[in-house]
Amino acid sequence: MSVVTNTTTIGAIDAPSRRNTELALVAFAVLISVFAYANVGLALNGELPAGMLGYGLGLALLGGVAHLAVRRFAPYADPLLLPLATLLNGLGLALIWRLDQSERFQALKTFAPAASKQLMFSAVGVALLVIVLIALKDHRILQRYTYISMLVALFLLILPMFFPAVNGAKIWIKIPGVGTIQPGEFAKIIIAVFFAGYLMVKRDALALASRRFMGLYLPRGRDLGPILMVWAFSILILVFETDLGSSLLFFGMFVVMLYVATERTSWIVFGLLMSAAGAVGVATFEPHVQDRVTAWLDPFAGWGKEAASEQMAKSLMAFGSGGTLGTGLGQGHSDLIGFAANSDFILATVGEELGLAGMMAILLVYGLIVERGVRTALAARDPFGKLLAIGLSGSFAIQVFVVAGGVMGLIPLTGMTMPFMAAGGSSVIANWALIGILIRISDTARRPAPAPAPSPDAEMTQVVRP
Amino acid sequence: MNKPLRRIAMFCGILVLALLVRTNYIQYVRADELNANEHNRRVQIERYAHERGNIIVDGESVTGSVETTDGDFKYKRVWKNGPMWAPVTGYSSQAFDSSQLESIEDGILTGNSDQLFFDRTLSMFTSEKKTGGNIVTTLNGAAQRAAFKGLGAKKGAVAAIDPQTGAILALASTPSYDPSVFAGNSMKDSDARQKLLSDKDKPMLNRALRETYPPGSTFKVVTAAAALENGLYTDIDEETDSPLPWRLPLSTNLLQNEGDIPCENASLREALRWSCNTVFGKMSDDLGNEKMIEQADKFGFNEEVFTPVRADASIYPKDNRPQNAMAGIGQASNRTTPLQMAMVASAIANDGKLMQPYMVSQRQAPNLDVIYTHEKEEIGRPLSGENAQKLQEMMETVVADGTGTNAQIDGVTVGGKTGTAQHGLNNSEKPYAWFISYAKTDSGSPVAVAVVVEDGDANRDDISGGGLAAPIAKSVMKAVLDGK
Repeated sequence: MSVVTNTTTIGAIDAPSRRNTELALVAFAVLISVFAYANVGLALNGELPAGMLGYGLGLALLGGVAHLAVRRFAPYADPLLLPLATLLNGLGLALIWRLDQSERFQALKTFAPAASKQLMFSAVGVALLVIVLIALKDHRILQRYTYISMLVALFLLILPMFFPAVNGAKIWIKIPGVGTIQPGEFAKIIIAVFFAGYLMVKRDALALASRRFMGLYLPRGRDLGPILMVWAFSILILVFETDLGSSLLFFGMFVVMLYVATERTSWIVFGLLMSAAGAVGVATFEPHVQDRVTAWLDPFAGWGKEAASEQMAKSLMAFGSGGTLGTGLGQGHSDLIGFAANSDFILATVGEELGLAGMMAILLVYGLIVERGVRTALAARDPFGKLLAIGLSGSFAIQVFVVAGGVMGLIPLTGMTMPFMAAGGSSVIANWALIGILIRISDTARRPAPAPAPSPDAEMTQVVRP
Repeated sequence: MNKPLRRIAMFCGILVLALLVRTNYIQYVRADELNANEHNRRVQIERYAHERGNIIVDGESVTGSVETTDGDFKYKRVWKNGPMWAPVTGYSSQAFDSSQLESIEDGILTGNSDQLFFDRTLSMFTSEKKTGGNIVTTLNGAAQRAAFKGLGAKKGAVAAIDPQTGAILALASTPSYDPSVFAGNSMKDSDARQKLLSDKDKPMLNRALRETYPPGSTFKVVTAAAALENGLYTDIDEETDSPLPWRLPLSTNLLQNEGDIPCENASLREALRWSCNTVFGKMSDDLGNEKMIEQADKFGFNEEVFTPVRADASIYPKDNRPQNAMAGIGQASNRTTPLQMAMVASAIANDGKLMQPYMVSQRQAPNLDVIYTHEKEEIGRPLSGENAQKLQEMMETVVADGTGTNAQIDGVTVGGKTGTAQHGLNNSEKPYAWFISYAKTDSGSPVAVAVVVEDGDANRDDISGGGLAAPIAKSVMKAVLDGK
């Protein structure tokens, strides 16, 4: 197996599998989460919480099962992706459990403890990751489903339109007995598959068969048309469902993948222009968006008058009160933000209770996941894998930026969830699946190329026959 | 495809970097500003998270803190005998902020004051439970009780001062309120406060400091002081130039006296003894508006007084001649707080020296270390010692053998002046009964007091400073003297 005969430059050298590193890091991630539980319990009640063992074991089991699946089905996968996701998921569980203990939350009519559900959803997510690893022997299989993916993604996006809006956004579907699902989270992955498959086929046409227009190279309509339509369609749906975060995400993912596929900088310019036009257009007729923008410009101006503004101001105050080192888990008041404190605004709890130090650590963990994803894209040997990996990790990065930037007041709040940390089944499950696909691609990318089959002809020339 | 990939990696790096910069900006640069934001409920939560310090009278606290179970505020303020002490302490409510001493000394009471910095730092290391410091007041429990009891169901106010130091001994206002009823944060507290606010008797008004009344005849001592200080008259037993009847300047109206009293050319002593309107009205007119203002200012008029609780400014305004003449007998546009009249009486009793009135004698750290002690401070000399003694003689005659006999205390020299202030359109409403006085022992005067009673239940003709207000003043003075 140690033959250096690979055509790509990265991953050519016989990569060590690093499975033991991964196991140690997963154990570390679980340990940190258990400490977080202990910290919350001690701060709130002065004793170790009763559920600590349960959640700890549950998380350890999830990490362990995922690790074994990776060890068995993707032995050469990137060793960081799984531990990082486990850490975020574990910390998220501890934070959600901490918010469950809030008396202010418990006084709300809509209160239902979210931590145990979140553990269950995490289990489903890890199960999905295992399924991805087992069923998807090679990520290139997904290429076959390019157009089916398009249909499925559009179906998933249209579906919530037939269900009532929740908190101003029509992004949920309600299935009796199961609960609510956010199909958009899954559509994100599926549409990445479509983009990757389509762009891989059409990338040469898009990049080369183009006409020059105002200094920009524009591709032919028949190449760009379908993808532009799908993209525009999904954006339109999302705008009508007032799911702004997701439309931004889809748009960003589209531009990134198009740029990578065509290697033309003009796409970036083009994309930025279009997004600016789109943003202005949406903002002029959508009051929901206008509220968000005014709340972003001066969060304290709308205090007592406007819910969006007040929520934003409360979030900023939560971050501010954390200061450099934070109040310590369980000792802050981030629950003042209200019902969204454990979903959209979970990062405010990190900011308040773990402080600037904790925030930087969490943001770097997210940054590392993105970095490992981009690295996977670089290492991938096939264009489809490259495109899919960069699509997924790019969308992950954009989602983190949009959510974190939103709750910190860097950009207008758009209402998405922090991957892995926020309470919410769809998000956790979809992101585990996303990690599963990245792990699969990285396994393929890092797997040493098989030794070339011995060529009988070559042998013939070497052997001097008597 | 790797070149654009590397660029995307950089782009993602920039996104993360932007978030890192932003989190540093709001959690480090803007943290203080956000923490000080008025909407930040954490400030209130922290504020009520530990026991508030107490306000001390006679070595015992008149306040306390109780632990509450509902809501996120842990401790609630309670007051012992709230209605009696409310004019001194003010209120401190979880929902409705605070007032007076509870507000002004909030830093010490919550323990957040910069003056307590070392104390706080120390207790951080010894991990003691954080508590607030105490405010030691100058009030005299017995005098306050006497004042509150004396006012009883009547509407009115009492202010008593130690003339030699300026220490406030009693500060009562009725009808009063119990700040405990709205100290919390519930609907019940909100309703209770709303009820107090809409009460037409204004129980939350601190009448001793924040209500100005026409001073009526008690103002004649100020007019007399002006006459003596300006040399209009020097001998208090010499005849004044006062015709009877006396016509108001620039007017056809004759100034009346209350009843048939010997006021024609009466000496200062006699004029004060009988409370002659004609004599003092003419005296004010002879002195003129400017000199009257000057004298009133010396006693502290036309300026807010900080005890440290703010008292409204008493007014002696610029005015025309007839109004100035009427102001000389306290019946025109001049208005005064009870505290101000107590200051007038105390300056006379203290041989002309006016001391800064104050009610906080010490601030204590939570460990009872004294971090501040009030030093008595003279803020002016409204009249010379000689003239002060002349006025004392006149006021003592009023009590010994004049309109103020109800304030006599056995074995003690008491000086006083009654007042019955007409008010309302054409004097249609029931008048205010005033009495200002001081008691004097061999070692100077320990107490000066001003009492005002609004529309007592008595018949109009029975309302007089001597009848309604003097007994209250007497009981307050007696309470102080008995405590000596």
